[in-house]
Amino acid sequence: MRLSLREVEHVAELAKLGLTEEEKERMAEQLSAILEYAEMLQELDTEAIPPTAQVIELQNVMCPDEAEPSFPPEDILANAPQAEGGLFKVRAILE
Amino acid sequence: MELYELTAHQAHELLRKGEISSVELTEGLIDRIVAVDNRIKAYITLTPELALEQAREADARRAAGEDHPLLGIPLAIKDVICTQGIPTTCGSKILEDFIPPYDATVVEHLKALGAVMLGKTNMDEFAMGSSTENSAFFSTHNPWDLSRVPGGSSGGSVAAVAADEAIYALGTDTGGSIRQPAAFCGVVGLKPTYGRVSRYGLVAFASSLDQIGPITKDITDCALVMKAMARYDPRDSTSVNVSTLDYVSRLSRLNGLRGLKVGVPNEYFIEGMQPEVEEAVRRAIDKLAELGAVVGEVSLPHTKYALPTYYLIAPAEASANLARYDGVKYGYSHPEASDVWDAYRQTRQRGFGPEVKRRIMLGTYALSAGYYDAYYLKAQKVRTLIKQDFDRAFERFDVLVAPVSPTVAFKIGEKVDDPLQMYLSDVFTLSLNLAGLCGISIPCGFADGLPVGMQILGKPFAEGTILRVAYAYEQATEWHKRRPAL
Repeated sequence: MRLSLREVEHVAELAKLGLTEEEKERMAEQLSAILEYAEMLQELDTEAIPPTAQVIELQNVMCPDEAEPSFPPEDILANAPQAEGGLFKVRAILE
Repeated sequence: MELYELTAHQAHELLRKGEISSVELTEGLIDRIVAVDNRIKAYITLTPELALEQAREADARRAAGEDHPLLGIPLAIKDVICTQGIPTTCGSKILEDFIPPYDATVVEHLKALGAVMLGKTNMDEFAMGSSTENSAFFSTHNPWDLSRVPGGSSGGSVAAVAADEAIYALGTDTGGSIRQPAAFCGVVGLKPTYGRVSRYGLVAFASSLDQIGPITKDITDCALVMKAMARYDPRDSTSVNVSTLDYVSRLSRLNGLRGLKVGVPNEYFIEGMQPEVEEAVRRAIDKLAELGAVVGEVSLPHTKYALPTYYLIAPAEASANLARYDGVKYGYSHPEASDVWDAYRQTRQRGFGPEVKRRIMLGTYALSAGYYDAYYLKAQKVRTLIKQDFDRAFERFDVLVAPVSPTVAFKIGEKVDDPLQMYLSDVFTLSLNLAGLCGISIPCGFADGLPVGMQILGKPFAEGTILRVAYAYEQATEWHKRRPAL
């Protein structure tokens, strides 16, 4: 199986990842090789096998509903590319 | 013997007797880094002033009567673990200027014990790689042969320990990223059981697989660092609340390995592996038998499916985890964009390197509509089969022993253009992460002058057992005493 350029573009858009034309070509080639290798898994009959998402038997870990000190906003905003008035500055979502 | 050559427990002995100070020890390490790191390139960020300040503080605490084996001992930290006020880049351009506002839990624990931090080490970008060549900044060199890779992704941490640029180091292991480089550089590296060590403050790659672990010069140090780090952390919802054993005092509890059942998985000795690597590991297994272990063969029939399973699950999880890099909250942000979507695309295009892009793409594809069942769900089901293989093997055996990688360290540049070949160097390590077990890589010989590693695999939370086996082997051999000539 070989990934088409259109499929590569579709997946890149889902991941919001810009790619150059050259990167798309290379991605199509390399992902196809990896996926072809992964075809090996289809040999196995897994009809009755439950999936494993994680290996420890913890479920729904809750923490007590108690207020705790949180980080000072200025510490968190210190890494923001753009901040204003104690807030992250983002581009307009709606025109 | 130079101070930088000491293990943590040797240094502790001298500190305790007052024969050396932590400041002297730390200065020795800093001088060593200045002397060799231009050839090794283990560190991304050096923190010598902080280290000396922490060393002075450690000396004061010791003078006031405090004592702990890690008090005043200098370490290196992989640059994927958050350190308050000190850049944490993950080997990526997208986090080049990121300065964490907090310490990871493991860093907090070690600081509280009086650890001295030398700096942050190089790695494959976001821990994705097996050679440290995927770092956005530079490649790290293997101290045994500078033309070869140190392995990866914790290549900087491992090379730092092997080149005596740190007494010990922290790494992370998602599919072999502690054990494979430890084998390539001839040091000890342990991947704890999933849930054993807190991941709070560890930048996420594949959340069902990642673990932080120690990289040390010998087993005693490994046990010391594990004892300091293996603690329940309510801030990590995957931290498991099991009692912590004193790994150190248990090391030599048994006389040899009498009666211990060691399984050797047939599938881990494959065609195409370097014959000298196989010989070294076989000889090490004979040594375990000599020490009293009962050795038997075992089959893990789904072993060959681990690689494709891992390379669907890990990228799927990575593609979700790395969605957070949007240029808004932290990290690189592309300044010129036509709209919000274009800003995301351009920020991520320029911020991520080729391997990270490849895995985001692969993971997004495996999770996308129409392919989820065939790839991601299928891989999760095969993961169950792989885990069941181990469950059955551990009904008969206390530990399993296998090679760490099919070859010794390869040349820089050799596999960088062929992702599948690069992935194959992890073929013996990633099953362990998929099954949630613990494992340790220890030096067991040399091939063409390059170190070979043996892997000891244990049941979940059986770190004490694998450490004891490793210790018995170490005490009976001399491999861990060999150092590279630099």
